[in-house]
Amino acid sequence: MSDQIFRAMRQSIIDGAPDMATELAQQALANGVDPLEAVNQGFAAGITFAGDQFGCGQMFLPDLLASAEAMKAAIKILEPEMLKRGSRRETLGKIVLGTARGDIHDIGKNLVATILSASGFQIFDLGTSVTPEQFVAKAKEVDADIVGVSALLTTTMAGQKAVIEALDRNGLRPRVKAIIGGAAVTSKWAAEIGADGYSRNAIDALELAKNLMNRVMNKGTAQA
Amino acid sequence: MRPRIQLLSPELIGRILREAFELLMNPGVRVGSAPVVELLRSAGVEVGVAASDGVARIPEPLVRQCLASAPRDFYLYNRQGEKAVHYGGDDVQFDPGSCCVQMLDPDTLEARPSETRDLVRIVQVTETLPQFAAQSTAVVCSDSDAPSAIGDLYRLLVVLQHSDKPVVTGSFSAAGLQGMIDLLAADSGSADKLRQQPRAVFDVCPSPPLNWSEFGSHNLLDLARAGVPAEIVSMPLAGGTAPVTLAGSVTQHAAEVLAGITLHQLAGPGSPVVWGGAPAIFDMRTGGAPMGAVETAMLNMACAEVGKHLGLPTHGYLVATDSKFVDAQAGAESGRSAMLGALAGINMISGAGMLESLACHSVEKLVIDAESIASAQRLARGIEVRSEDVRGETLATAMFAQTGLSGEFLKLKETRALFRQEQYLPSPVIDRSARGSEPPSDVFTRARARVDELVSKYRKPSLPEDVLRKFQAIVDREADRAGVAAALPRN
Ligand code: B12
Repeated sequence: MSDQIFRAMRQSIIDGAPDMATELAQQALANGVDPLEAVNQGFAAGITFAGDQFGCGQMFLPDLLASAEAMKAAIKILEPEMLKRGSRRETLGKIVLGTARGDIHDIGKNLVATILSASGFQIFDLGTSVTPEQFVAKAKEVDADIVGVSALLTTTMAGQKAVIEALDRNGLRPRVKAIIGGAAVTSKWAAEIGADGYSRNAIDALELAKNLMNRVMNKGTAQA
Repeated sequence: MRPRIQLLSPELIGRILREAFELLMNPGVRVGSAPVVELLRSAGVEVGVAASDGVARIPEPLVRQCLASAPRDFYLYNRQGEKAVHYGGDDVQFDPGSCCVQMLDPDTLEARPSETRDLVRIVQVTETLPQFAAQSTAVVCSDSDAPSAIGDLYRLLVVLQHSDKPVVTGSFSAAGLQGMIDLLAADSGSADKLRQQPRAVFDVCPSPPLNWSEFGSHNLLDLARAGVPAEIVSMPLAGGTAPVTLAGSVTQHAAEVLAGITLHQLAGPGSPVVWGGAPAIFDMRTGGAPMGAVETAMLNMACAEVGKHLGLPTHGYLVATDSKFVDAQAGAESGRSAMLGALAGINMISGAGMLESLACHSVEKLVIDAESIASAQRLARGIEVRSEDVRGETLATAMFAQTGLSGEFLKLKETRALFRQEQYLPSPVIDRSARGSEPPSDVFTRARARVDELVSKYRKPSLPEDVLRKFQAIVDREADRAGVAAALPRN
């Protein structure tokens, strides 16, 4: 019985059907299914599948976004019960994202946010034209693991450097990792400003973030 | 008859404009610059308080009034003061794509950050090719002489130092524009002269959807007041930052440009402004803006059709590719869109030389694109009847009267007199040779040789000392303002 419901949950995410996901989540609660298990064995399996399919070009952005919406809908139903039981869903890590000061390009950053959150990271998206102070404040507030700064203009890449300097000044690094991206960003620039990593697309950004989290875990410096 | 392609019926254009006007009222347009908001308010436009939304609801009568004050056509002038670009009617002109951040290195075939020497080479090649009516500030200069904070000014300076042609350019910030206008005024002799005989047009972009940012709207205001032409480059990405349907994106484009023209004409009635754009579809796999897609070309054509319907000068972004190399994809996409743009009668078509969805430039691609452009220009001329040019008024019989059935057309006076007009004679970039003892070469090899040849033909204009001194003073002032150190480009 529960195998069947887990399979339906997975499918509701792949189909990008928030109504179905909501219904299945409610059904699970009514039937006394452990909400954490519903997420891990049902819905999350769907989002992982969707992410993989997107990565190999079989699923498209509108499909992926619909899957992410369906996932949100399911979590919204399950979260209160998880809290009640004191079981919290493991996230891969907390990432503060934004586009550098003076820059309004956000398509690439949004894509990175979608992929990372679909893959289990918790994303705090500050939007466009974000100041170093705003990055720092948010990173402190949510106890971020990673801060990601997007910049598409050669003029606003200086803003990436400014964010890293501000993280340093506030003593947040090396615990908080800084990653960057955007059309003109090169490995040379990333090295020059002391970024912990950069990536040229969203799929690589996921790998990068996972690797950084592994390093954090291995050093044992991650918060409990 | 001039060949034309039209994608929109008159009824559809009517619907597009009707809905565009509706969008200007609901949801309205976000306007970022405080002085522009003031301007709108004093024209009776209701604008929400910036802190809450800053949304302006612009009524159709006001837009119509502003459309009426916008000039139907205007010229850009070269350094010699001659008319060199005509914005208006069905004239079709081309310029290289603007503002790339990478350059394809022809030796390593890798994209690397673009530098001053790259811009100089692009300008030299563009200067020698008649296919390009105008220069563009084609790449940013990442080398250390050019601090990025004044990168927009610096690019224009390099182009002015190396070219007599008109320039398509743009600024990167609200504060950066004035220095660029001053540079052009110094080059023209005075701000008044620049206004009378503008040498440059400035691209200004709204942010889709329906958002005239503080920077964009402020640029429009300053350009209108200086009387320097503005080219509104609206870039809806169908499905990403605009409706997924091509018709829906053309509608959003129209609303964004109508709003821009309204702000612009309120600030400077009669100031020259272009119905421009870089509309594209949204790539559903990568989130990119595929400039080589046929739907992107269709969007550019359709948007220009709406502008033409309103009687305005037009612009589009074509002749670019998403390929990373100068390969068959690059050739197919760029050549195809050059043809389509020419058949749509778009006044200024930017994009030649560009790879990687506007991120990377290649001077080798530029000389190949020049061949596509020449072919497109030839196609746009159509099939002409040349009865006045030759003895006799016939298409063929008069020539047959001379040759009979001998087939000796090569000997005819007409042949010699007319073949240059009938045929575009390509440069050696295009291979039409018969196979000989030498092994055949590929187009990239020939393009490299062509670039070298054009660069060796190029002559740098010599600017008067006092103009150079003024340039220096402007660079010093702007560097100071931006808090950086800067020197004039050396070469
Ligand atoms: C679409 C676009 C726009 C749209 C942006 C819409 C939006 N909501 O984002 C609009 C039309 C608004 C726009 C405006 C402008 N643009 Co623009 N734009 C582009 C274009 C064509 C595509 C960018 C894009 O979305 N790519 C698709 C996404 C998916 O790719 P991406 O952004 O690179 O992101 C990927 C990776 O970089 C990486 N990544 C990105 N961020 C991050 C962050 C982290 C942490 C990590 C790990 C990874 C990562 O992963 C992403 C996903 O795969 C680029 C050219 C290009 N090919 O890059 C020019 C380009 C960047 N723009 C340019 C310019 C000049 C401008 C304007 C200044 C034009 C003007 N004169 O008004 C304004 C800028 C205004 C401002 N202050 O910001 C120039 C930049 C030149 C320069 N000096 O640097 C470019 C190169 C085009 C050109 N040749 O002119 N632009």
